Amino acid sequence: MFEFLGVPPQALFGQLLLGLINGSFYALLSLGLAVIFGMLNVINFAHGALYMVGAFTAWLMLQYLGIGYWPALILAPLVVGLFGIILEKTMLSRLYKLDHLYGLLLTFGLALILEGMFRHWYGASGQPYRIPDALQGGRNLGFMFLPNYRGWVVVASLVVCLGTWYAIERTRLGAYLRAATENPVLVQAFGINVPRMITLTYGFGVALAGFAGVLAAPIYQVNPLMGSNLIIVVFAVVVIGGMGSIMGAIVTGFALGLLEGLTKVFYPEASNIVVFVVMAVVLLIKPAGLFGRER
Amino acid sequence: MPDDVMLEVADLHAFYGESHVLHGVSLTVPKGEVVTLLGRNGAGKTTTLRSIMGIVPRRDGSIRMEGTETVGLAPHRIPRLGIGFVPEERGIFSSLDVEENLMLPPVVRPGGMAVEDIFRLFPNLKERRRSQGTKLSGGEQQMLAIARILRTGATLLLLDEPTEGLAPVIVQQIGRVIRELKAKGFTILLVEQNFRFAATLADRHYVMEDGRIVDMIPNEQLEANMERLHEYLGV
Ligand SMILES: Nc1ncnc2c1ncn2[C@@H]1O[C@H](COP(=O)(O)OP(=O)(O)OP(=O)(O)O)[C@@H](O)[C@H]1O
Ligand SMILES: [Mg+2]
Repeated sequence: MFEFLGVPPQALFGQLLLGLINGSFYALLSLGLAVIFGMLNVINFAHGALYMVGAFTAWLMLQYLGIGYWPALILAPLVVGLFGIILEKTMLSRLYKLDHLYGLLLTFGLALILEGMFRHWYGASGQPYRIPDALQGGRNLGFMFLPNYRGWVVVASLVVCLGTWYAIERTRLGAYLRAATENPVLVQAFGINVPRMITLTYGFGVALAGFAGVLAAPIYQVNPLMGSNLIIVVFAVVVIGGMGSIMGAIVTGFALGLLEGLTKVFYPEASNIVVFVVMAVVLLIKPAGLFGRER
Repeated sequence: MPDDVMLEVADLHAFYGESHVLHGVSLTVPKGEVVTLLGRNGAGKTTTLRSIMGIVPRRDGSIRMEGTETVGLAPHRIPRLGIGFVPEERGIFSSLDVEENLMLPPVVRPGGMAVEDIFRLFPNLKERRRSQGTKLSGGEQQMLAIARILRTGATLLLLDEPTEGLAPVIVQQIGRVIRELKAKGFTILLVEQNFRFAATLADRHYVMEDGRIVDMIPNEQLEANMERLHEYLGV
């Protein structure tokens, strides 16, 4: 059996797969953050908590309503999106006239409240969520063993990310969004209801987080702190990719997941910090981020 | 209000935060006419147009579009009464290509110009359909800013200094376009500093000073009032 730089291929591909899985979540979450930031100029600190709420919604639906994984994959993001719409309408929208810092503080506070509530109700230990029957087991690819569910996560994330990219960059609705990101006042002067667009954008962005939460439930267990563990890395991803760039968020998310995986193989000690090292380097060389435009 | 009035502004006040910029502006734009708003830098011409569109922080008074009061309407409802806006800075979107810029403003009424007719009026834009909006020259961007509101069915066009900073040939071309639009029946409120240009197009001229309308001169009396106008505009 050949080895690659002294690493057996199973270990290499295994870690790359893990990296790809993490990358799938980084991409989904940083995409939502980028969409929200572009339109609202708010750094949504509640993003990780809403990802957790998505996972819990799926778990609660199964536990109390008998609603399984597949319907939850649609319903939980809708619930989270609706919750986001209410948040935006009742709270966030009051802050746009003030400094951006207030939006950040509000969403940070919301994250703490949400996490605190779920910890109070369900404790800090994880709740298991079963992999749906259709995705049990795995397949041997020859060079590695691929659990079906993990393959599904990567595919689902890619499809949703690229679909979002297409909708924003290539459709008429997306043109409204891009234009309103650039000059909301003028878009309003053409007869478009920009405040409503902002509300829906926030709802959509957090629905992406809810979707990621459901995808994550069978892998990581459902845990009140699952979001805050992940979101720090995701913020680093957004800084590296560049705030507000859609493709940048997707590419950077997957790339950094893979980079983490590779680091685990070749220099495991650094695997937890490699993203932050990259962030520091990018900030020094290109402060607007790899795909960001200077403002 | 008589049927032949498109826009009637009465005792309009506008504010940017603490600063009171318009002090009781009144003007009338009859249907089918080209009316200019002349005045020195900072007189309040742009603020008047922005107030009509409802995009200043605060405005009081009355602005009626074909009899409908718009002060108090949400900003996105005002263009839906049939008003198209070309801002002073042109407002071409850099994240949209030329065609997307052209197609952006939603149709607010039936009867807008067909895209082919718009391209006939502005042939350069057709060739550059796929270019990034802000890669166009200044003149082309101005053409695009005008072109995109012709599709929407708006009958009143607000143009803020469409000739500013453009070469004389382009200014002439824009003059031809405005004349053609007038012939098609559009009503136009035109902000201009260049009154020689305005004189070739307009039916009447309002003169602004320090946030007030200080004079109204019908175009046929322009010659007789040249001296007064020079004084107002400080040329
Ligand atoms: N966003 C703003 N905040 C505060 N004051 C403003 C703002 N915009 C304009 N002003 C002030 O309002 C007054 C009128 O400005 P406005 O832009 O309407 O003038 P204008 O006649 O269009 O001038 P110009 O010919 O230079 O375009 C000026 O004194 C200007 O300084
Ligand atoms: Mg002006």
